[in-house]
Amino acid sequence: MSSASGAATAAGTKPKLAIYWAASCGGCEISILGIDTKILDVAAAFELVMCPCIMDGKVRDIEQLEDGAIAVCLFNGSIRNSEQEYMAQLLRRKSKVLVAFGSCAHEGCIPGLANLHDKQAIFENSYQETESTENPQRVRPQTATTVPEGTLHLPVFYDTVRTLDQTVDVDYYLPGCPPESPKIWEAIQAIVAGNLPPKGTVIGSDTTVCDDCKRIRNVKKVKQFKRTWEIIPDPEICLLEQGLLCCGIATRAGCGALCPQVNSPCIGCYGPNNDVHDFGARLMSAVASVIDADNPKDINAIISQGIPDPVGTFYRFGLAGSLLRRSKRPAGSDGGH
Amino acid sequence: MSQTNFEPKIVGFLCNWCSYRAADLAGIARITHAPNVRIVRVMCSGRVDPTFVLKALSLGADGVMIAGCHPGECHYVDQNYKAMRRYHLLKHTLHAMGVEPDRVRLVWASAAEGQQLAEAIDGLVADVKKLGPLGWSQNWEENGERLHALEEIINEHAEAMEVHA
Ligand code: SF4
Ligand code: SF4
Ligand code: FES
Repeated sequence: MSSASGAATAAGTKPKLAIYWAASCGGCEISILGIDTKILDVAAAFELVMCPCIMDGKVRDIEQLEDGAIAVCLFNGSIRNSEQEYMAQLLRRKSKVLVAFGSCAHEGCIPGLANLHDKQAIFENSYQETESTENPQRVRPQTATTVPEGTLHLPVFYDTVRTLDQTVDVDYYLPGCPPESPKIWEAIQAIVAGNLPPKGTVIGSDTTVCDDCKRIRNVKKVKQFKRTWEIIPDPEICLLEQGLLCCGIATRAGCGALCPQVNSPCIGCYGPNNDVHDFGARLMSAVASVIDADNPKDINAIISQGIPDPVGTFYRFGLAGSLLRRSKRPAGSDGGH
Repeated sequence: MSQTNFEPKIVGFLCNWCSYRAADLAGIARITHAPNVRIVRVMCSGRVDPTFVLKALSLGADGVMIAGCHPGECHYVDQNYKAMRRYHLLKHTLHAMGVEPDRVRLVWASAAEGQQLAEAIDGLVADVKKLGPLGWSQNWEENGERLHALEEIINEHAEAMEVHA
């Protein structure tokens, strides 16, 4: 793999770095800043050409670069509208290495949970039904509005949130919501050194959060799942054994088991390990094996009482990137209206 | 597609020791059943990862059958109990995703129950016929405005895209 810093031109300018956000919360940028004073090393190694969260950069300037002129683009956020899809295409074209940075770009994350609904349902809720909305004329955002100076455009809102690699070709993935700062620093160092793994690699370990968790494990047999607010868990014993649906068993290591350390179950933000096609399927499989019942009636009682929101539990971070990607849409809906 | 000539595609995961033999027996005994099931032989119903079912549905199956030995008779001790738990958990999730419960079914059939397995297959095919095609990938189709919007952005920005040497 050639060194990304090889993108420096003969004139000796620094390789270009772009950091972009699409449908995301901004936490990924905060996590990048979390590498602390090492950010100065990043500034020394790269010329930052775009990062809307912290500096002013123009799309037009990116458009005018030669294809492949950006050495590395860290792209966070999922794709939920046409503007984001355009930026994904543009940055793919202009970047040598495109990294799906963080859970949203990697597997859809929280924005992807909107795939339980479609555009029409989301607009109806946001612009009509919420308590704080008063909209008797049923005004909705328009994608084109003509004013004396010309036509103004808003992006087209999609029915289905997509991951970055469902949209453009991706070189690497950095998991986590957000990726932990030390892991970001490791990845940046690898990029600077040109020490990159094969294309398509999820940069991280291939063990699970359980492997990093110090809690005592005995026998996992659960007769009743509990929500976090229902109990104060014992600080030493495995949370799953105590009935809290801890996702550590199916989640890629990388955070150092942060949540179980503070008595809170892992909710799966680092996503699946290598070779797992569907995080939810993996987690369901693991959770099913701890259910302590052997007939359909008791099994279903435990499930329906303890796991009222299965999609939010098994696919909290991975719905858009899952095998089914979204819920079934009502017959005849095309969202086009 | 009109509902009347809709022939559902069903993927059946049958365990090697009981259900697959039941299917064999049905064949040898010339017991007829609906030809809609594509059978995948697995060593045990406990081998059926929820991933298999999700993959089948996402790739175009209209229904899925998982079949194993009767509880207590699994050749790997209690793996079919594991299959039972997984199945109910998966169904709970599929329901929340809008997949009708009748599309995915777990049945028990011993090696002697060719007739029962054939009836279970007919039953599943009939139920899925009533529901109609699943056509999962159609759920991913984007609203018609998407391509047009992308074209517009590209046109609008085309001038800027010209690289000045
Ligand atoms: S299930 Fe959770 S609490 Fe238990 S060992 Fe794994 S990470 Fe720790
Ligand atoms: S414990 Fe789980 S949810 Fe918490 S930071 Fe780690 S991977 Fe994310
Ligand atoms: S061998 Fe038939 S279900 Fe396990």
